[in-house]
Amino acid sequence: MIDREQVLHVARLARLALSNEEIERMSGELPAILEHVERMNELDLDGVEPTSHVVALENVLRADEPRPSWDRDRVLEGAPDPSDGAFRVPSPQA
Amino acid sequence: MSQLLELTAAQAASRIAAGELTAEEYLATYADAAAGDDLNAYLWNRGPDDEGQAATGGNGETPIRGVPVAIKDLFCTEGVPTTAGSRILEGYRPPYTATAVRRLDAAGAQLLGKTNMDEFGMGSSNENSGYGAVRNPWDAKRVPGGSSGGSAAAVAGRLAPCAIGTDTGGSIRQPASLCGIVGLKPTYGAISRYGMIAFASSLDQCGTLTRDVTDAALLLGAMEGRDPCDSTSVGIEGGVERPTREDLSGLSFGVPRELSAEAEGIEAGVAAAFERALGTIRELGGEVDECELPNCAHGLSAYYVIAPAEASANLARYDGVRFGLRSDGDGDLVDMYERTRDLGFGAEVKRRIMLGTYALSSGYYDAYYGRAQRVRTRIVEDFAGAFERFDFLVTPTSPTVAFELGARTADPLAMYLSDYCTVPMSLAGIPAISIPAGLAEPDGGGPELPVGLQIAAPAFAESPLLAAAYAIERGIGFEALPAGVVGA
Repeated sequence: MIDREQVLHVARLARLALSNEEIERMSGELPAILEHVERMNELDLDGVEPTSHVVALENVLRADEPRPSWDRDRVLEGAPDPSDGAFRVPSPQA
Repeated sequence: MSQLLELTAAQAASRIAAGELTAEEYLATYADAAAGDDLNAYLWNRGPDDEGQAATGGNGETPIRGVPVAIKDLFCTEGVPTTAGSRILEGYRPPYTATAVRRLDAAGAQLLGKTNMDEFGMGSSNENSGYGAVRNPWDAKRVPGGSSGGSAAAVAGRLAPCAIGTDTGGSIRQPASLCGIVGLKPTYGAISRYGMIAFASSLDQCGTLTRDVTDAALLLGAMEGRDPCDSTSVGIEGGVERPTREDLSGLSFGVPRELSAEAEGIEAGVAAAFERALGTIRELGGEVDECELPNCAHGLSAYYVIAPAEASANLARYDGVRFGLRSDGDGDLVDMYERTRDLGFGAEVKRRIMLGTYALSSGYYDAYYGRAQRVRTRIVEDFAGAFERFDFLVTPTSPTVAFELGARTADPLAMYLSDYCTVPMSLAGIPAISIPAGLAEPDGGGPELPVGLQIAAPAFAESPLLAAAYAIERGIGFEALPAGVVGA
Protein backbone atom coordinates (compact mmCIF):
# COMPACT_ATOMS: atom_id res chain seq x y z
CA MET A 1 0.00 0.00 0.00
CA ILE A 2 1.12 3.51 -0.82
CA ASP A 3 2.13 5.95 1.94
CA ARG A 4 3.15 9.61 2.07
CA GLU A 5 6.81 8.88 1.36
CA GLN A 6 5.88 6.88 -1.72
CA VAL A 7 3.53 9.62 -2.92
CA LEU A 8 6.50 12.00 -2.85
CA HIS A 9 8.70 9.48 -4.65
CA VAL A 10 6.10 8.84 -7.38
CA ALA A 11 5.45 12.58 -7.83
CA ARG A 12 9.17 12.99 -8.45
CA LEU A 13 9.17 10.19 -11.03
CA ALA A 14 6.16 11.81 -12.73
CA ARG A 15 7.74 15.29 -12.66
CA LEU A 16 4.88 16.81 -10.70
CA ALA A 17 5.63 19.51 -8.10
CA LEU A 18 2.63 18.78 -5.88
CA SER A 19 1.59 21.20 -3.15
CA ASN A 20 1.42 19.99 0.45
CA GLU A 21 -2.35 19.96 0.19
CA GLU A 22 -2.21 17.79 -2.94
CA ILE A 23 0.22 15.39 -1.29
CA GLU A 24 -2.10 15.02 1.70
CA ARG A 25 -5.11 14.40 -0.53
CA MET A 26 -3.30 11.85 -2.72
CA SER A 27 -2.04 10.02 0.37
CA GLY A 28 -5.69 9.41 1.23
CA GLU A 29 -7.17 8.87 -2.23
CA LEU A 30 -4.60 6.62 -3.87
CA PRO A 31 -4.78 3.85 -1.20
CA ALA A 32 -8.60 3.81 -1.51
CA ILE A 33 -8.38 3.41 -5.31
CA LEU A 34 -5.65 0.77 -5.02
CA GLU A 35 -7.75 -1.16 -2.52
CA HIS A 36 -10.50 -1.42 -5.15
CA VAL A 37 -7.95 -2.35 -7.81
CA GLU A 38 -6.54 -5.09 -5.60
CA ARG A 39 -9.83 -6.98 -5.84
CA MET A 40 -8.14 -8.45 -8.94
CA ASN A 41 -6.13 -10.56 -6.51
CA GLU A 42 -9.21 -12.76 -6.02
CA LEU A 43 -8.66 -14.17 -9.51
CA ASP A 44 -6.35 -17.08 -10.22
CA LEU A 45 -4.29 -15.81 -13.13
CA ASP A 46 -1.56 -18.44 -13.20
CA GLY A 47 -0.58 -19.23 -16.77
CA VAL A 48 -2.74 -16.44 -18.27
CA GLU A 49 -0.95 -14.49 -20.99
CA PRO A 50 -1.03 -10.67 -20.68
CA THR A 51 -2.94 -8.61 -23.27
CA SER A 52 -1.34 -5.31 -24.21
CA HIS A 53 -3.29 -4.78 -27.41
CA VAL A 54 -6.51 -6.21 -28.83
CA VAL A 55 -5.92 -5.91 -32.57
CA ALA A 56 -3.85 -8.77 -33.93
CA LEU A 57 -1.37 -6.76 -35.96
CA GLU A 58 2.33 -7.35 -36.31
CA ASN A 59 5.02 -5.39 -38.06
CA VAL A 60 2.90 -2.94 -40.02
CA LEU A 61 5.42 -1.70 -42.55
CA ARG A 62 5.56 0.84 -45.32
CA ALA A 63 8.03 1.64 -48.04
CA ASP A 64 10.98 3.65 -46.72
CA GLU A 65 10.53 6.63 -49.01
CA PRO A 66 11.64 10.13 -48.04
CA ARG A 67 8.90 12.76 -48.08
CA PRO A 68 8.71 16.35 -46.93
CA SER A 69 8.07 16.99 -43.27
CA TRP A 70 6.46 20.04 -41.72
CA ASP A 71 8.01 23.41 -42.07
CA ARG A 72 10.21 24.20 -39.04
CA ASP A 73 8.69 27.63 -38.42
CA ARG A 74 5.21 26.17 -38.39
CA VAL A 75 6.18 23.63 -35.75
CA LEU A 76 7.89 26.28 -33.63
CA GLU A 77 4.80 28.52 -33.73
CA GLY A 78 3.25 26.65 -30.81
CA ALA A 79 6.41 26.59 -28.68
CA PRO A 80 6.53 28.68 -25.49
CA ASP A 81 10.13 29.82 -26.10
CA PRO A 82 11.43 29.28 -29.64
CA SER A 83 14.90 30.59 -30.37
CA ASP A 84 17.09 30.42 -33.48
CA GLY A 85 14.97 27.68 -35.03
CA ALA A 86 15.04 25.55 -31.88
CA PHE A 87 13.22 25.00 -28.60
CA ARG A 88 14.93 26.91 -25.80
CA VAL A 89 14.82 25.51 -22.25
CA PRO A 90 16.37 26.44 -18.90
CA SER A 91 19.78 24.97 -18.17
CA PRO A 92 19.72 21.45 -16.73
CA GLN A 93 21.99 22.76 -13.97
CA ALA A 94 20.90 26.26 -13.05
CA MET B 1 -35.61 28.41 -39.54
CA SER B 2 -35.85 26.68 -36.21
CA GLN B 3 -37.68 23.69 -37.70
CA LEU B 4 -34.33 22.86 -39.25
CA LEU B 5 -33.13 22.02 -35.74
CA GLU B 6 -35.65 19.17 -35.62
CA LEU B 7 -34.11 17.33 -38.55
CA THR B 8 -31.66 14.49 -38.12
CA ALA B 9 -28.39 14.87 -40.00
CA ALA B 10 -29.53 12.28 -42.56
CA GLN B 11 -32.81 14.12 -43.16
CA ALA B 12 -31.08 17.46 -43.59
CA ALA B 13 -28.46 15.99 -45.93
CA SER B 14 -31.13 14.50 -48.17
CA ARG B 15 -32.93 17.86 -48.32
CA ILE B 16 -29.65 19.51 -49.23
CA ALA B 17 -28.99 16.86 -51.91
CA ALA B 18 -32.50 17.42 -53.30
CA GLY B 19 -31.95 21.18 -53.50
CA GLU B 20 -34.68 21.93 -50.92
CA LEU B 21 -32.22 23.37 -48.43
CA THR B 22 -28.85 25.02 -48.87
CA ALA B 23 -25.83 23.94 -46.87
CA GLU B 24 -25.23 27.65 -46.09
CA GLU B 25 -28.66 28.10 -44.51
CA TYR B 26 -28.36 24.90 -42.52
CA LEU B 27 -24.91 25.85 -41.26
CA ALA B 28 -26.05 29.38 -40.37
CA THR B 29 -28.93 27.96 -38.31
CA TYR B 30 -26.58 25.82 -36.26
CA ALA B 31 -23.90 28.49 -36.03
CA ASP B 32 -26.59 30.69 -34.41
CA ALA B 33 -27.67 27.91 -32.07
CA ALA B 34 -24.08 27.14 -31.07
CA ALA B 35 -23.34 30.83 -30.47
CA GLY B 36 -26.24 30.87 -27.98
CA ASP B 37 -24.76 27.92 -26.07
CA ASP B 38 -26.01 28.14 -22.47
CA LEU B 39 -24.70 24.70 -21.48
CA ASN B 40 -20.95 25.49 -21.76
CA ALA B 41 -20.94 22.70 -24.36
CA TYR B 42 -18.56 24.50 -26.72
CA LEU B 43 -15.01 25.66 -26.11
CA TRP B 44 -14.86 27.23 -29.56
CA ASN B 45 -17.51 27.68 -32.23
CA ARG B 46 -17.39 29.31 -35.62
CA GLY B 47 -19.90 31.99 -34.61
CA PRO B 48 -22.96 33.34 -36.42
CA ASP B 49 -20.98 35.87 -38.48
CA ASP B 50 -18.65 33.32 -39.96
CA GLU B 51 -20.20 32.57 -43.31
CA GLY B 52 -17.89 29.63 -43.58
CA GLN B 53 -17.38 27.63 -46.67
CA ALA B 54 -20.21 25.21 -46.98
CA ALA B 55 -19.38 21.77 -48.31
CA THR B 56 -15.84 22.51 -49.32
CA GLY B 57 -14.55 18.97 -49.08
CA GLY B 58 -14.41 16.49 -51.92
CA ASN B 59 -16.86 16.15 -54.74
CA GLY B 60 -19.95 14.18 -55.55
CA GLU B 61 -22.82 12.87 -53.47
CA THR B 62 -22.23 11.70 -49.93
CA PRO B 63 -24.92 11.02 -47.32
CA ILE B 64 -23.59 13.80 -45.02
CA ARG B 65 -22.77 16.57 -47.48
CA GLY B 66 -23.55 19.93 -45.87
CA VAL B 67 -23.98 18.58 -42.33
CA PRO B 68 -22.29 20.63 -39.55
CA VAL B 69 -20.51 18.44 -37.00
CA ALA B 70 -19.41 19.36 -33.46
CA ILE B 71 -15.94 17.98 -32.74
CA LYS B 72 -14.70 16.99 -29.29
CA ASP B 73 -11.78 19.22 -28.42
CA LEU B 74 -9.51 16.16 -28.23
CA PHE B 75 -9.18 16.19 -32.04
CA CYS B 76 -6.48 18.34 -33.58
CA THR B 77 -7.85 20.89 -36.07
CA GLU B 78 -5.35 22.90 -38.05
CA GLY B 79 -5.29 26.54 -36.99
CA VAL B 80 -8.33 26.09 -34.72
CA PRO B 81 -7.82 26.10 -30.93
CA THR B 82 -7.45 22.58 -29.52
CA THR B 83 -7.17 22.18 -25.75
CA ALA B 84 -8.19 18.60 -24.83
CA GLY B 85 -10.07 20.37 -22.02
CA SER B 86 -6.75 21.18 -20.37
CA ARG B 87 -5.21 24.48 -19.30
CA ILE B 88 -1.85 23.04 -20.29
CA LEU B 89 -2.91 23.38 -23.96
CA GLU B 90 -4.64 26.76 -23.66
CA GLY B 91 -4.13 28.73 -26.87
CA TYR B 92 -2.65 25.78 -28.77
CA ARG B 93 -3.43 25.76 -32.49
CA PRO B 94 -2.27 22.49 -34.05
CA PRO B 95 -0.33 22.51 -37.32
CA TYR B 96 -2.42 19.59 -38.65
CA THR B 97 -5.91 18.05 -38.62
CA ALA B 98 -6.89 14.63 -37.26
CA THR B 99 -7.66 11.99 -39.88
CA ALA B 100 -11.22 11.46 -38.56
CA VAL B 101 -11.98 15.18 -39.02
CA ARG B 102 -10.29 15.21 -42.43
CA ARG B 103 -12.49 12.36 -43.56
CA LEU B 104 -15.64 14.16 -42.42
CA ASP B 105 -14.49 17.18 -44.37
CA ALA B 106 -13.81 15.05 -47.44
CA ALA B 107 -17.40 13.76 -47.19
CA GLY B 108 -18.67 17.34 -47.27
CA ALA B 109 -19.40 17.79 -43.55
CA GLN B 110 -18.62 21.14 -41.91
CA LEU B 111 -16.78 22.00 -38.71
CA LEU B 112 -19.35 23.62 -36.38
CA GLY B 113 -17.29 23.93 -33.23
CA LYS B 114 -15.05 22.23 -30.68
CA THR B 115 -16.78 20.75 -27.66
CA ASN B 116 -15.98 20.83 -23.97
CA MET B 117 -14.75 17.67 -22.29
CA ASP B 118 -13.14 16.22 -19.20
CA GLU B 119 -9.44 17.05 -19.30
CA PHE B 120 -7.67 14.63 -21.68
CA GLY B 121 -10.79 12.42 -21.59
CA MET B 122 -10.42 11.61 -17.90
CA GLY B 123 -13.79 11.81 -16.24
CA SER B 124 -17.42 10.73 -16.29
CA SER B 125 -19.18 14.03 -15.56
CA ASN B 126 -17.34 16.75 -17.50
CA GLU B 127 -16.56 18.42 -14.18
CA ASN B 128 -12.86 17.75 -14.83
CA SER B 129 -12.72 20.25 -17.69
CA GLY B 130 -10.18 23.03 -17.25
CA TYR B 131 -12.84 25.35 -18.71
CA GLY B 132 -15.83 24.72 -16.45
CA ALA B 133 -18.45 22.01 -16.23
CA VAL B 134 -21.02 21.32 -18.94
CA ARG B 135 -24.72 21.30 -18.00
CA ASN B 136 -27.16 18.57 -18.93
CA PRO B 137 -29.94 19.97 -21.15
CA TRP B 138 -32.46 17.77 -19.31
CA ASP B 139 -31.69 19.46 -15.98
CA ALA B 140 -29.13 22.25 -15.66
CA LYS B 141 -28.30 21.13 -12.10
CA ARG B 142 -27.05 17.79 -13.43
CA VAL B 143 -23.99 16.54 -15.29
CA PRO B 144 -24.11 15.49 -18.97
CA GLY B 145 -21.71 12.61 -18.30
CA GLY B 146 -18.23 12.45 -19.68
CA SER B 147 -15.75 12.67 -20.98
CA SER B 148 -17.49 13.59 -24.27
CA GLY B 149 -20.04 15.63 -22.27
CA GLY B 150 -19.90 18.74 -24.46
CA SER B 151 -20.60 16.70 -27.59
CA ALA B 152 -23.50 14.88 -25.89
CA ALA B 153 -25.04 18.05 -24.43
CA ALA B 154 -24.70 19.89 -27.76
CA VAL B 155 -26.57 17.15 -29.65
CA ALA B 156 -29.24 16.66 -26.96
CA GLY B 157 -29.69 20.43 -26.56
CA ARG B 158 -29.94 20.95 -30.32
CA LEU B 159 -26.82 23.04 -30.49
CA ALA B 160 -25.44 20.57 -33.07
CA PRO B 161 -27.10 18.06 -35.40
CA CYS B 162 -24.42 15.49 -34.59
CA ALA B 163 -21.01 15.23 -33.00
CA ILE B 164 -17.94 13.08 -32.69
CA GLY B 165 -16.18 12.10 -29.50
CA THR B 166 -13.78 9.56 -28.12
CA ASP B 167 -14.38 6.60 -25.85
CA THR B 168 -11.65 5.04 -23.70
CA GLY B 169 -13.79 3.35 -21.04
CA GLY B 170 -17.28 4.71 -21.76
CA SER B 171 -16.66 8.35 -22.69
CA ILE B 172 -19.12 8.30 -25.62
CA ARG B 173 -21.68 5.76 -24.40
CA GLN B 174 -22.14 7.08 -20.85
CA PRO B 175 -22.76 10.77 -21.78
CA ALA B 176 -25.04 9.64 -24.64
CA SER B 177 -27.00 7.65 -22.07
CA LEU B 178 -27.22 10.55 -19.60
CA CYS B 179 -28.31 12.97 -22.33
CA GLY B 180 -30.86 10.72 -24.08
CA ILE B 181 -29.07 10.35 -27.43
CA VAL B 182 -27.25 7.65 -29.42
CA GLY B 183 -23.55 7.05 -28.75
CA LEU B 184 -21.44 4.59 -30.74
CA LYS B 185 -17.99 3.32 -29.81
CA PRO B 186 -16.71 1.36 -32.82
CA THR B 187 -14.25 -1.53 -32.70
CA TYR B 188 -10.73 -0.54 -31.71
CA GLY B 189 -8.97 0.10 -35.01
CA ALA B 190 -12.10 1.03 -37.01
CA ILE B 191 -11.19 4.74 -37.17
CA SER B 192 -7.71 6.26 -37.23
CA ARG B 193 -6.40 7.76 -33.99
CA TYR B 194 -4.03 10.09 -35.86
CA GLY B 195 -4.49 13.61 -34.50
CA MET B 196 -6.61 12.40 -31.60
CA ILE B 197 -4.77 13.57 -28.48
CA ALA B 198 -3.74 10.38 -26.69
CA PHE B 199 -5.05 9.31 -23.29
CA ALA B 200 -4.72 5.48 -23.21
CA SER B 201 -3.54 4.33 -26.61
CA SER B 202 -4.64 0.69 -26.42
CA LEU B 203 -8.20 1.77 -25.54
CA ASP B 204 -8.91 5.17 -27.16
CA GLN B 205 -11.37 5.04 -30.04
CA CYS B 206 -13.17 7.74 -32.00
CA GLY B 207 -16.95 7.43 -32.30
CA THR B 208 -20.22 9.28 -32.78
CA LEU B 209 -22.90 11.10 -30.75
CA THR B 210 -26.10 11.49 -32.75
CA ARG B 211 -29.86 11.87 -32.58
CA ASP B 212 -30.45 8.42 -34.01
CA VAL B 213 -28.84 5.19 -35.18
CA THR B 214 -28.94 6.11 -38.87
CA ASP B 215 -26.85 9.24 -38.26
CA ALA B 216 -24.34 7.11 -36.31
CA ALA B 217 -24.00 4.77 -39.29
CA LEU B 218 -23.48 7.65 -41.74
CA LEU B 219 -20.79 9.37 -39.67
CA LEU B 220 -19.02 6.08 -38.99
CA GLY B 221 -19.13 5.24 -42.69
CA ALA B 222 -17.44 8.55 -43.49
CA MET B 223 -14.69 8.17 -40.86
CA GLU B 224 -13.74 4.47 -40.81
CA GLY B 225 -10.81 3.15 -42.75
CA ARG B 226 -7.17 2.31 -42.61
CA ASP B 227 -4.79 5.24 -42.25
CA PRO B 228 -1.05 5.00 -42.92
CA CYS B 229 -0.56 7.53 -40.10
CA ASP B 230 -2.00 5.10 -37.49
CA SER B 231 -0.57 1.62 -37.83
CA THR B 232 -3.24 0.22 -35.46
CA SER B 233 -6.07 1.35 -37.75
CA VAL B 234 -7.61 -1.31 -39.96
CA GLY B 235 -11.02 0.05 -40.98
CA ILE B 236 -14.21 -1.97 -41.35
CA GLU B 237 -14.13 -4.50 -44.16
CA GLY B 238 -17.00 -3.90 -46.56
CA GLY B 239 -17.75 -0.49 -45.03
CA VAL B 240 -20.84 0.41 -43.00
CA GLU B 241 -24.34 -0.43 -44.22
CA ARG B 242 -27.16 2.03 -43.70
CA PRO B 243 -29.45 0.29 -41.18
CA THR B 244 -32.95 -0.74 -42.32
CA ARG B 245 -33.76 -3.80 -40.22
CA GLU B 246 -37.27 -3.85 -38.75
CA ASP B 247 -37.34 -6.97 -36.63
CA LEU B 248 -34.95 -9.12 -34.65
CA SER B 249 -36.08 -12.58 -35.68
CA GLY B 250 -33.26 -15.09 -35.69
CA LEU B 251 -31.07 -12.91 -33.45
CA SER B 252 -30.03 -13.78 -29.93
CA PHE B 253 -29.24 -11.34 -27.11
CA GLY B 254 -27.27 -12.29 -24.02
CA VAL B 255 -27.82 -10.44 -20.75
CA PRO B 256 -24.66 -10.62 -18.65
CA ARG B 257 -25.77 -10.78 -15.03
CA GLU B 258 -22.60 -9.07 -13.76
CA LEU B 259 -23.28 -5.98 -15.88
CA SER B 260 -27.05 -5.72 -15.45
CA ALA B 261 -29.08 -6.79 -12.39
CA GLU B 262 -25.91 -7.35 -10.34
CA ALA B 263 -24.04 -4.27 -11.58
CA GLU B 264 -22.53 -2.24 -8.76
CA GLY B 265 -24.74 0.71 -7.80
CA ILE B 266 -27.53 0.11 -10.32
CA GLU B 267 -30.62 2.26 -9.69
CA ALA B 268 -34.12 0.78 -9.51
CA GLY B 269 -35.42 3.03 -12.29
CA VAL B 270 -32.55 2.07 -14.59
CA ALA B 271 -33.11 -1.65 -13.90
CA ALA B 272 -36.84 -1.26 -14.68
CA ALA B 273 -36.21 0.63 -17.95
CA PHE B 274 -33.68 -2.04 -18.92
CA GLU B 275 -36.25 -4.80 -18.29
CA ARG B 276 -38.76 -2.95 -20.48
CA ALA B 277 -36.15 -2.72 -23.24
CA LEU B 278 -35.61 -6.50 -23.01
CA GLY B 279 -39.38 -6.86 -23.45
CA THR B 280 -39.18 -4.77 -26.63
CA ILE B 281 -36.37 -6.96 -27.97
CA ARG B 282 -38.53 -10.07 -27.37
CA GLU B 283 -41.56 -8.43 -29.03
CA LEU B 284 -39.42 -7.76 -32.09
CA GLY B 285 -38.62 -11.45 -32.32
CA GLY B 286 -35.24 -11.44 -30.60
CA GLU B 287 -34.28 -14.28 -28.30
CA VAL B 288 -33.14 -13.07 -24.86
CA ASP B 289 -31.27 -15.18 -22.34
CA GLU B 290 -29.09 -14.64 -19.30
CA CYS B 291 -25.34 -15.20 -19.54
CA GLU B 292 -22.19 -14.77 -17.51
CA LEU B 293 -19.05 -12.72 -18.02
CA PRO B 294 -17.46 -13.77 -14.74
CA ASN B 295 -14.30 -11.68 -15.05
CA CYS B 296 -16.07 -8.49 -16.03
CA ALA B 297 -16.79 -7.63 -12.40
CA HIS B 298 -13.02 -6.96 -12.30
CA GLY B 299 -13.11 -4.79 -15.42
CA LEU B 300 -12.94 -1.51 -13.52
CA SER B 301 -9.98 -2.70 -11.45
CA ALA B 302 -8.01 -3.67 -14.56
CA TYR B 303 -9.05 -0.49 -16.34
CA TYR B 304 -7.94 1.79 -13.52
CA VAL B 305 -4.45 0.31 -13.79
CA ILE B 306 -4.11 0.02 -17.57
CA ALA B 307 -5.59 3.40 -18.54
CA PRO B 308 -3.63 5.46 -15.97
CA ALA B 309 -0.44 3.54 -16.81
CA GLU B 310 -0.76 4.39 -20.50
CA ALA B 311 -1.79 7.96 -19.64
CA SER B 312 1.25 8.50 -17.43
CA ALA B 313 3.44 7.70 -20.44
CA ASN B 314 1.36 9.63 -23.01
CA LEU B 315 1.15 12.77 -20.87
CA ALA B 316 4.92 12.92 -20.38
CA ARG B 317 5.01 15.05 -23.54
CA TYR B 318 3.45 18.03 -21.72
CA ASP B 319 6.69 19.43 -20.40
CA GLY B 320 6.60 23.10 -21.38
CA VAL B 321 9.10 22.66 -24.21
CA ARG B 322 7.33 22.18 -27.55
CA PHE B 323 3.77 23.45 -27.08
CA GLY B 324 1.30 24.75 -24.55
CA LEU B 325 1.92 26.24 -21.17
CA ARG B 326 5.29 26.84 -19.53
CA SER B 327 5.92 27.96 -15.99
CA ASP B 328 9.46 29.27 -15.65
CA GLY B 329 11.08 30.00 -12.33
CA ASP B 330 14.65 30.63 -11.31
CA GLY B 331 15.30 26.92 -11.23
CA ASP B 332 16.71 24.39 -13.64
CA LEU B 333 15.12 22.32 -16.40
CA VAL B 334 13.54 19.70 -14.12
CA ASP B 335 12.15 22.48 -11.96
CA MET B 336 10.48 23.96 -15.07
CA TYR B 337 8.96 20.58 -15.99
CA GLU B 338 7.57 20.09 -12.49
CA ARG B 339 6.12 23.58 -12.14
CA THR B 340 4.59 23.53 -15.63
CA ARG B 341 2.89 20.20 -15.05
CA ASP B 342 1.64 21.13 -11.59
CA LEU B 343 0.17 24.37 -12.90
CA GLY B 344 -1.23 22.99 -16.17
CA PHE B 345 -2.86 19.72 -15.13
CA GLY B 346 -6.08 19.45 -13.12
CA ALA B 347 -6.62 17.25 -10.05
CA GLU B 348 -7.97 14.16 -11.84
CA VAL B 349 -5.21 14.15 -14.44
CA LYS B 350 -2.60 14.38 -11.70
CA ARG B 351 -4.31 11.59 -9.79
CA ARG B 352 -4.19 9.31 -12.83
CA ILE B 353 -0.60 10.19 -13.68
CA MET B 354 0.32 9.32 -10.08
CA LEU B 355 -1.67 6.08 -10.18
CA GLY B 356 -0.16 5.06 -13.50
CA THR B 357 3.38 5.99 -12.55
CA TYR B 358 3.02 3.99 -9.32
CA ALA B 359 1.58 0.96 -11.16
CA LEU B 360 4.53 0.99 -13.57
CA SER B 361 7.21 1.70 -10.99
CA SER B 362 9.90 -0.76 -10.03
CA GLY B 363 8.64 -3.37 -7.59
CA TYR B 364 4.94 -2.81 -8.36
CA TYR B 365 4.81 -3.44 -12.11
CA ASP B 366 3.93 -7.14 -11.87
CA ALA B 367 1.46 -6.74 -9.02
CA TYR B 368 -0.53 -4.04 -10.80
CA TYR B 369 0.16 -3.58 -14.52
CA GLY B 370 1.10 -7.21 -15.22
CA ARG B 371 -1.91 -8.47 -13.32
CA ALA B 372 -4.29 -6.03 -14.99
CA GLN B 373 -3.10 -7.17 -18.42
CA ARG B 374 -3.89 -10.77 -17.46
CA VAL B 375 -7.36 -9.79 -16.26
CA ARG B 376 -7.78 -8.10 -19.64
CA THR B 377 -7.03 -11.44 -21.34
CA ARG B 378 -9.71 -13.10 -19.21
CA ILE B 379 -12.23 -10.42 -20.16
CA VAL B 380 -11.45 -10.86 -23.87
CA GLU B 381 -12.05 -14.60 -23.38
CA ASP B 382 -15.33 -13.96 -21.53
CA PHE B 383 -16.68 -12.03 -24.52
CA ALA B 384 -15.39 -14.55 -27.05
CA GLY B 385 -17.23 -17.30 -25.14
CA ALA B 386 -20.46 -15.29 -24.94
CA PHE B 387 -20.40 -14.49 -28.66
CA GLU B 388 -20.25 -18.20 -29.47
CA ARG B 389 -23.75 -18.37 -28.05
CA PHE B 390 -25.18 -14.90 -28.72
CA ASP B 391 -25.18 -12.42 -31.58
CA PHE B 392 -25.25 -9.44 -29.18
CA LEU B 393 -24.94 -8.63 -25.50
CA VAL B 394 -27.17 -6.05 -23.82
CA THR B 395 -26.73 -4.14 -20.57
CA PRO B 396 -27.76 -0.79 -19.11
CA THR B 397 -25.17 1.76 -20.33
CA SER B 398 -24.84 3.56 -17.00
CA PRO B 399 -25.89 2.19 -13.60
CA THR B 400 -27.58 5.54 -12.87
CA VAL B 401 -29.33 8.42 -14.61
CA ALA B 402 -27.60 11.83 -14.71
CA PHE B 403 -26.43 12.82 -11.24
CA GLU B 404 -26.20 16.31 -9.77
CA LEU B 405 -23.19 18.53 -10.30
CA GLY B 406 -20.79 18.03 -7.42
CA ALA B 407 -22.38 14.75 -6.27
CA ARG B 408 -19.31 12.61 -6.99
CA THR B 409 -16.45 15.08 -7.16
CA ALA B 410 -15.25 14.36 -3.61
CA ASP B 411 -15.03 10.61 -4.18
CA PRO B 412 -13.00 9.46 -7.20
CA LEU B 413 -14.12 5.84 -6.79
CA ALA B 414 -17.81 6.77 -6.91
CA MET B 415 -17.09 8.64 -10.14
CA TYR B 416 -15.20 5.66 -11.60
CA LEU B 417 -18.22 3.41 -10.96
CA SER B 418 -20.13 5.41 -13.63
CA ASP B 419 -18.23 3.33 -16.20
CA TYR B 420 -18.87 -0.05 -14.61
CA CYS B 421 -20.94 -1.38 -17.53
CA THR B 422 -18.94 0.20 -20.37
CA VAL B 423 -15.31 -0.51 -19.41
CA PRO B 424 -15.32 -4.27 -20.20
CA MET B 425 -16.14 -3.66 -23.89
CA SER B 426 -13.31 -1.14 -24.11
CA LEU B 427 -10.85 -3.62 -22.63
CA ALA B 428 -12.00 -6.21 -25.20
CA GLY B 429 -11.89 -3.64 -28.03
CA ILE B 430 -15.37 -4.57 -29.27
CA PRO B 431 -18.03 -2.21 -30.65
CA ALA B 432 -20.91 -1.06 -28.45
CA ILE B 433 -23.73 1.44 -28.88
CA SER B 434 -25.95 3.21 -26.36
CA ILE B 435 -29.48 4.09 -27.44
CA PRO B 436 -32.20 5.78 -25.34
CA ALA B 437 -34.32 3.16 -23.54
CA GLY B 438 -36.77 5.48 -21.78
CA LEU B 439 -36.94 7.76 -18.77
CA ALA B 440 -36.53 6.99 -15.07
CA GLU B 441 -36.35 8.84 -11.77
CA PRO B 442 -33.08 8.67 -9.87
CA ASP B 443 -33.00 6.68 -6.62
CA GLY B 444 -34.34 8.94 -3.90
CA GLY B 445 -36.61 10.80 -6.33
CA GLY B 446 -36.17 13.64 -8.79
CA PRO B 447 -37.05 14.49 -12.37
CA GLU B 448 -37.45 11.78 -15.00
CA LEU B 449 -34.19 11.45 -16.90
CA PRO B 450 -32.92 9.38 -19.83
CA VAL B 451 -31.73 5.77 -19.44
CA GLY B 452 -29.43 4.16 -22.01
CA LEU B 453 -29.46 0.62 -23.38
CA GLN B 454 -26.02 -0.67 -24.35
CA ILE B 455 -25.75 -3.24 -27.17
CA ALA B 456 -22.35 -4.85 -27.79
CA ALA B 457 -21.22 -6.98 -30.75
CA PRO B 458 -18.13 -8.93 -31.84
CA ALA B 459 -15.20 -6.98 -33.29
CA PHE B 460 -15.95 -5.30 -36.64
CA ALA B 461 -19.63 -6.35 -36.59
CA GLU B 462 -20.70 -2.68 -36.79
CA SER B 463 -23.19 -3.19 -39.63
CA PRO B 464 -25.17 -5.97 -37.88
CA LEU B 465 -24.92 -4.00 -34.59
CA LEU B 466 -26.34 -0.85 -36.17
CA ALA B 467 -29.08 -2.86 -37.90
CA ALA B 468 -30.20 -4.41 -34.61
CA ALA B 469 -29.94 -1.07 -32.79
CA TYR B 470 -32.07 0.52 -35.52
CA ALA B 471 -34.83 -2.07 -35.05
CA ILE B 472 -34.73 -1.67 -31.26
CA GLU B 473 -34.72 2.13 -31.54
CA ARG B 474 -37.92 1.97 -33.58
CA GLY B 475 -39.42 -0.58 -31.21
CA ILE B 476 -38.75 1.59 -28.16
CA GLY B 477 -39.94 4.75 -29.93
CA PHE B 478 -38.18 7.16 -27.56
CA GLU B 479 -39.44 10.65 -28.38
CA ALA B 480 -38.96 12.61 -25.18
CA LEU B 481 -36.92 15.83 -25.41
CA PRO B 482 -35.42 18.12 -22.80
CA ALA B 483 -37.78 20.97 -21.87
CA GLY B 484 -37.00 24.13 -23.80
CA VAL B 485 -35.45 22.66 -26.93
CA VAL B 486 -37.16 23.13 -30.27
CA GLY B 487 -39.90 20.55 -30.80
CA ALA B 488 -40.30 19.70 -27.09
